[in-house]
Amino acid sequence: MSTDEPATGEGAVTLRPYQRPRGVHPPADFAPYKSSALRAPSQPLVLLPHRLTEITGPLLGEERVKPADADLTTQHAGEPQGERIIVTGRLLDGDGRPVRRSLVEIWQTNAAGRYLHPVDQHPAPLDPNFTGVGRCITDDEGRYRFVTIKPGSYPWRNHPNAWRPAHIHFSVFGRSFTQRLITQMYFPGDPLQPLDPVFNSVPDTRARQRLVARFDIGLTEPQWALGYSWDIVLRGRDATPFEPDGDDR
Amino acid sequence: MTGPPLTPSQTVGPFFAICLPWPDGPQVVPEGSPGAIVITGRVLDGAGEPVPDALIETWQAGPDGTFAHPDDPRTVTRAAGHADAAFRGFGRCPTGADGEYRIVTLRPAPLPCGDGRTQAPHLDVSVFARGLLDRVVTRIYFPDEEEANAADPILLSLSERSRRATLIAAPGTAGEFRFDIRLQGEGETVFFDV
Ligand SMILES: [Fe+2]
Repeated sequence: MSTDEPATGEGAVTLRPYQRPRGVHPPADFAPYKSSALRAPSQPLVLLPHRLTEITGPLLGEERVKPADADLTTQHAGEPQGERIIVTGRLLDGDGRPVRRSLVEIWQTNAAGRYLHPVDQHPAPLDPNFTGVGRCITDDEGRYRFVTIKPGSYPWRNHPNAWRPAHIHFSVFGRSFTQRLITQMYFPGDPLQPLDPVFNSVPDTRARQRLVARFDIGLTEPQWALGYSWDIVLRGRDATPFEPDGDDR
Repeated sequence: MTGPPLTPSQTVGPFFAICLPWPDGPQVVPEGSPGAIVITGRVLDGAGEPVPDALIETWQAGPDGTFAHPDDPRTVTRAAGHADAAFRGFGRCPTGADGEYRIVTLRPAPLPCGDGRTQAPHLDVSVFARGLLDRVVTRIYFPDEEEANAADPILLSLSERSRRATLIAAPGTAGEFRFDIRLQGEGETVFFDV
């Protein structure tokens, strides 16, 4: 083995672990969501103490993004069909601190509810002026901002007459492996939400509602685009610097 | 808890391939770099069928045991400009039609636990897929690190040898390793509460 031990010696390193969210995320197996039946692990999860690999994580920044990537309505020669919207908010941690200079990736359907993906066979039109992919880097206050088109609802085969509520997929990193999150943002007042097993997989009603953006007339640009606000909150640091070891329990 | 309440996870769904894969995602280091290793494997479901729409992400220390990250509390004690300073440490690869993924990277060094013990060389792995409402997390350990693996606190915490074995890659030809991920059922990979 070849390693240069840290200069602090004897491997004495103080590690501040992150919170372990309980009751926030969906359970692995949620029967109404049929795709989970053969994919959700059946064995109990093993506690992984937060050590060096977990309290660090990929810091992906400007090199992955062009400024134009944040405007999904100007990526082609013409303008996409649909309702132009602004989606903006802050990427925060559970201590309320902004996650600065961090990569946010989004993907979505076009206004008709169709993804630019070969597997998507929904008989709704593709839009030659809309790819449905955006990227940006949060600013020093943790803020992201996209200009896009309001996505459509689309049918899927989970159960008879199943339709997904309109949503935008979000992928964020935070600053540690433990904070990594992929989720979906929904729109207020969508009657499909209470019928959707993916949305309903979040056990806590209030947590579920945190997936729904807020319409904000203050963000709306007159004669141009409706504004929606949605903050993303990743887990924060644990209050105590040490946590019990999984292997000592 | 006094801070703002956390945002729940949702499935990555079947259509992430329009956004998340990057051309250089699987190359943590360029193909053929000195010391490069290749980790390949398949993601399989509870029926043993390949999962063709999963996304694998890896995160690891460099060969010198450091992370490209300021929260590594040892970073300040190290001389600046060490050989692997530019090592990205992060890999991302979607699975293909046969459920296969492939990551090109460097071998990580062992790491201190923080309490005097040592962790064997490992990669942390996230798996995202349609059907997974939250990511699942596992670790890849190396088959030719028997001594280090035998002292690794995480591997030691797994009482069943058969469960432990799911975290250790299989050796391939020189510099190649195989790590299959079984999401469910017979030989189910150990997944972590992270
Ligand atoms: Fe979707």
